[in-house]
Amino acid sequence: MASETHGAELAVPRRRKRIGGRWRPILTAYLLIFPAFAFIAVVFIYSLIRLGYISVHSGNNGDEGPANLTAYRFIVDDPIFRQAVRHNLLLLLSVPFVTVVALGISFVLQEGIRGWKTYRTIVFVPYMLAIPVLGTTFVYVLSLNGAVNTFLGKLGLDALQQDWLGDPNWVLTSIAAIIVYHELGFGVVLFTARLLSLPEEVDQAARIDGCTWWQLRRRVTLPQMRGVITAFVTLELITMLSWVFAYVYSTTRGGPNFASYVLEFYIFDNAFTFRSPTFAAAAAILLLLATTALITIQVRRTNVEVNVE
Amino acid sequence: MSRHGEGNAVGWGVAQVAMLAVAVLTIYPLYFIVITAFKTRHEYLTNQFLPPRDPTLENFRQAFRDGQLLTWVGNSLLITIASVIVAAIVSSLAAYPLARSRFPGRLPFIGLNIVLMVVPPVVLVVPLFIFFVNLGLVNSRLAVVIIYVGLLIPFSIYLLVNFFATIPRSLEEAARMDGAGQLRTLWSVIMPLSAPAVVTVVVVNAVWVWNELLIALVFLQDDNARTLTAGLTFFQGRFIQNEPLVMTGALIATVPMLLLYIVGQRFFIRGLTAGFGK
Repeated sequence: MASETHGAELAVPRRRKRIGGRWRPILTAYLLIFPAFAFIAVVFIYSLIRLGYISVHSGNNGDEGPANLTAYRFIVDDPIFRQAVRHNLLLLLSVPFVTVVALGISFVLQEGIRGWKTYRTIVFVPYMLAIPVLGTTFVYVLSLNGAVNTFLGKLGLDALQQDWLGDPNWVLTSIAAIIVYHELGFGVVLFTARLLSLPEEVDQAARIDGCTWWQLRRRVTLPQMRGVITAFVTLELITMLSWVFAYVYSTTRGGPNFASYVLEFYIFDNAFTFRSPTFAAAAAILLLLATTALITIQVRRTNVEVNVE
Repeated sequence: MSRHGEGNAVGWGVAQVAMLAVAVLTIYPLYFIVITAFKTRHEYLTNQFLPPRDPTLENFRQAFRDGQLLTWVGNSLLITIASVIVAAIVSSLAAYPLARSRFPGRLPFIGLNIVLMVVPPVVLVVPLFIFFVNLGLVNSRLAVVIIYVGLLIPFSIYLLVNFFATIPRSLEEAARMDGAGQLRTLWSVIMPLSAPAVVTVVVVNAVWVWNELLIALVFLQDDNARTLTAGLTFFQGRFIQNEPLVMTGALIATVPMLLLYIVGQRFFIRGLTAGFGK
């Protein structure tokens, strides 16, 4: 964060000392970066290259036979794969929802509602909970005799009671709700931080000019927040595509009858349940391409902030 | 914070009620975990919403006796502490020259880290599993620490590079004139000034590692090697009918991170909002 300032500017004349020749600082730099690079090389670079290799070879290690695209051809026709992709795409629909709700909450907090700091802390709590903790908890809260149904019963709304995670028609919506629940706090914290950094004079000027609340938000505040909103939306889109494994694993494991099956589960099951790494790798490559497409859009639309001159 | 305009008491009241509802909804799972963990199964069946009339510690006793919770807590602590420390050191070492020196490959490497921040772990799991199996590192906490460190580095470097760049160069030049080398400057001048940034990296990374599921699940399949977060899903599978017992496991998994959050909230929020300047 660029907000750190250090008052201790020392007035020292700039003088260069070159001990050990002009290559020495460069060598030191490479030496300092090497450990980090080594980890990245194993965990990311090697893995991604190997992933591509596995996806076009057969065998338990994905290193047998001549290279071919059989796995790709198979999975794009696999009804389970298609269903998984469809579910990920449906999850994307919750992104506008979580964004609008998070914006609404942060507007209200920014108005200086009494106890706004406490509210911000509370809204953030679900984001602190491990996703599997949230998942195991919601298994009970959303069960047939769980808190949600009991509550609906007490309100006399028995007709609305559902087997939220057991009914194929409801399970994906329920999981989306849990994800929204978790991500909402992140959005609120992000948006509130941005709102707090906006110059207050602009708001005041707009109010003096007779702006209504809605006009102020729409014409003054939102345009100033475009960058952070785009970043949040992009991150959430990526989450819905490729980071929902923990939610599904800790609630339904993809069931009932594949009704909550997602791409990550397809990769996971192929790799570790069916022991066919080739199919898992091919699906992983397709997922990676989709994620990369989203990142490219993000990088183009907002400048990722790096202060390296 | 800007004050709300005058004469809009109704809108104000609605906002208060709405915020209260949101707060109740968001705190509910934590509330549910806490109250349920201290209930007998019998009480849970008759009283889901209110705190226990007759709080019991029996669930905690049973959780530690029948489950392997204690082993899992130990594994989680060990893996979290090791990964976070190694990642902080390795990233600080790299971030310093990236922020300060000029050398070929500097900008591409920073760019690489930014891109890698969003690579989903699920695509790395298949090749990494084959890699570590071939090395004979199955059910190995070392393998998991290596993977976590790798996954943490891009974000840590990104955050630290941004931070180091804000430290005035004149301080280092003063140190250099006093005869300090690059490492010495990093250790004695940059690191003390960077404490807030390093703590931010440590807090955000610790929460991430403690809560991680997929890699823990795939690489630590032996019951004695599991982390608490992964173990919890097995715990629930085994004791699904005993809601209070499972919620006790959930509570034990949550308390360390909740404490960390209370202590380091400032750092945590700083870390999450880093890089979203505009």
